[in-house]
Amino acid sequence: MKTVGLIVNPIAGLGGSVGLKGTDGVAEEAIRRGAEPRAAARTAVALKRLLPIKDELRLLCPSGEMGERLARELGFDIEVVYVCGDKTSQRDTLGAARAMAGADLLLFAGGDGTARDIVSAGISCTVIGIPAGVKIHSPVYATRPERAGELALRFLQGGCCHTREAEVVDIDEASYRDGRVCTSLYGYLKVPDDRDFLQHGKAPSPVGERAEQESIAAEMMGRMREDVYYLIGPGSTTRTLMDRLGLTNTLLGVDLVCTRTLVQADLSERDILRRLEERETHLVLTPTGGQGYLLGRGNQQLSAQVLGKIGKERLHILATREKLFYLEGRPLLVDTGDAETDRMLSGYARVIVGFMEEQMCRIGGE
Amino acid sequence: MKKIDRSSKVRTGFHQAKWDEPVIFELTRPGERGILVGKAGQKVVSSVQGTKALPAFLQRKTAPALPEISQPRVLRHYARLAQETLGADVNIEIGQGTCTVKYSPKVNDQLANLPQLRELHPLQDESTCQGIMEIMYQTNQYMCEISGMDRFSFQPSGGSQGVLAMASLVYSHFKALGEEQQRNEIITTIYSHPSDAAAPHVKGFKIIYLHPDKDGYPDYEAFKAAVGEHTAAFFVANPEDTGVYNKNVLKFTQLMHEKGGLCAYDQANANGLLGVTRARDAGFDMCFFNLHKTFSTPHGCGGPACGAIGCAQFLEKFLPAPLLQFDGEKYYYDYETASNADGIGKIRQFNGVAPVILKAYAWIRSMGPDGLYQVAKTAVLNNNYLFKKLMELHCVDAPYIPGKQRIEQCRYTIETLFKETGVGTADIQRRMMDFGLHYWTSHHPYYVPEPITLEPTETPSKEDIDEYIETLKYIFDEAYQNPGLFQNAPYRSVCHRLDESNMDDPAQWAVTWRCYLKKFR
Repeated sequence: MKTVGLIVNPIAGLGGSVGLKGTDGVAEEAIRRGAEPRAAARTAVALKRLLPIKDELRLLCPSGEMGERLARELGFDIEVVYVCGDKTSQRDTLGAARAMAGADLLLFAGGDGTARDIVSAGISCTVIGIPAGVKIHSPVYATRPERAGELALRFLQGGCCHTREAEVVDIDEASYRDGRVCTSLYGYLKVPDDRDFLQHGKAPSPVGERAEQESIAAEMMGRMREDVYYLIGPGSTTRTLMDRLGLTNTLLGVDLVCTRTLVQADLSERDILRRLEERETHLVLTPTGGQGYLLGRGNQQLSAQVLGKIGKERLHILATREKLFYLEGRPLLVDTGDAETDRMLSGYARVIVGFMEEQMCRIGGE
Repeated sequence: MKKIDRSSKVRTGFHQAKWDEPVIFELTRPGERGILVGKAGQKVVSSVQGTKALPAFLQRKTAPALPEISQPRVLRHYARLAQETLGADVNIEIGQGTCTVKYSPKVNDQLANLPQLRELHPLQDESTCQGIMEIMYQTNQYMCEISGMDRFSFQPSGGSQGVLAMASLVYSHFKALGEEQQRNEIITTIYSHPSDAAAPHVKGFKIIYLHPDKDGYPDYEAFKAAVGEHTAAFFVANPEDTGVYNKNVLKFTQLMHEKGGLCAYDQANANGLLGVTRARDAGFDMCFFNLHKTFSTPHGCGGPACGAIGCAQFLEKFLPAPLLQFDGEKYYYDYETASNADGIGKIRQFNGVAPVILKAYAWIRSMGPDGLYQVAKTAVLNNNYLFKKLMELHCVDAPYIPGKQRIEQCRYTIETLFKETGVGTADIQRRMMDFGLHYWTSHHPYYVPEPITLEPTETPSKEDIDEYIETLKYIFDEAYQNPGLFQNAPYRSVCHRLDESNMDDPAQWAVTWRCYLKKFR
């Protein structure tokens, strides 16, 4: 008997149908404008794919609209592992996710905001996102609800047994409604490694993302000189570099490395400026998924002043082909808050995409 | 007798042979033999040494791990495997874009199977092989005329080896100049064949990729930014897999030469350009042709193959040795390049696969110069007929230069179909098998969402192309009406949906039986 966690964010997607570009903080306004809930219907599409093996499954659910009702209607054997409040909230998503941390698989329906909540729960089980929200930028989501169900079926039946870490990114909805895109990386979730099914599914490389990251890390390690400082920015690709160096890293922060040794973790802007005075310093960055921000999103400690001192020639950019693929030729973005610094960084740059492989990419502002 | 209804162009009654034929090693039965050879008589035994005549280090300690199986079981095994394929003689080969799978006349196979060729050995004295040497020499001359190059070698036995030979020429050139350490970068484009990056990488070059500009041409500004003192060469296909021909290619080759680099043209598929453009005229210093593509010697698993490499005169001294020469009376092998310390030496044994060269020669001769030009015109016409028909469909699009014609192939996208139905290109590929048609899935690099790559070549008739189009339309309609149908397709093929998740993980690969046993048994 396998256990499958199920979390449905019942308000996911409400904002989109009435032009609110998201639901964070505006669910009531969306309902007032006539929005119809759609998360349950989309979850049902996915769950129906699991009906052929329902006798071999136990669904772990939060109570009521967050999973129990739908799972019962479809005839699954269920166990309510978390009781939600009268009015469901982010806290219920966190509580439910933690209550099902030992499940063989966790299915959750929502958008990028829901994925952020799952990350915040700090669980390590394999997950698949059912796309039901307005904003779906995180590659933890399947391309469509039925694909989520098909992938879950294959995973539970023993196919597609490899997993990989996928980014959870989100844009700030308030800025987005004002016409500004502001994306940040919030962490990683473990997903089945099958490119046919997940967002950002088709990659331009015949090997998996992890193998590409290892190859990129090997190239970067070959370039790192002794007694020189290397600031390592956030991201899964830079994290692989730290793994290969045998160093722990700060998931969403900037670390300082010298001669294979961690000099300081999670540096602030002030720390960085002080370290820059000590010796030659290089910066290793990877763009965020989605918009492809190099600077200004989730790494504000790398300020205009910092970049002005480091300079473009000591900037090393790492990216998998998959990440560059989704930019579809758009430039990598920098937004240091200082137009002069952004101009200094603009133009063509060589991005390391593998061992002894680089791709020419344009750097530009929004 | 009931007449088969062929009012529809779609082959709805197709069903492929289907059984789970094991790997031949799994059929082995200890002690089973194909034929039993009687023991030699005492007189024979006493007069020969047998394997003892071999030096000790060459004598096997254990028997080779060959399958033990009787002759009829071997025949059944391979006959069954042959029926489980969707090969060139079964389906209409339009779906294998970039591979130029054209009809290979059977008469050329018969020629190559004549005992006069079949029983030749490459180690025979040159005086006994003058016929095939003359054919090789003349084929070299035809290739030079078609490409504008000065000399060809047939030694590379495939396309990737052809690219490797070009990368080796580049290395040799700079080695002779003492610049091989400095000139260590090759620039290529993401839509060129992956081998244009992979083979120079194997040779030790760093690879720099260019992304296309908004029209699908390689980004010239990025190229300018990439070219520098470390650049050794520019490796590119034109047209690339998109079917878009880079009209500015001369600008690229000129800039590369100004900066001291070389230019190499991947002409594995030159089908749309025969008699139209020449590599040398576009400023390239070297190129290669896949004889098994453009020149109709069967492709891929129907091979063996040949990636004939040609170059300008100043690079000839580095070509793989030996080179075939003619002194006015006889043909002979010239080993002078073998003694060039900067030369490539050898890419493989001997001087190419003789039957493949013979088939290419026969095909070129049967076509003649006008025929070759007609091949290009017809291939481009067929492709643009297909292109126009498919672009009329709501769910099909082609990225870059909207409305403009492609050369001999095109990479389409069915992203609209996927967004509207959830049915993607991999689903279409599986379903096409149910109608007896091949549809390729290797569209690497995947820079076009939900890609289809189609290349009709010059050989299918209008009726064949129409059948392919009608089948695609039929399947697209199915996707809109019953997307669930695609979950388990193909239904009338050898197997249903495969778990491909291990394909992305080199740790799971087992490319030989021995490797499989080591990893998984």
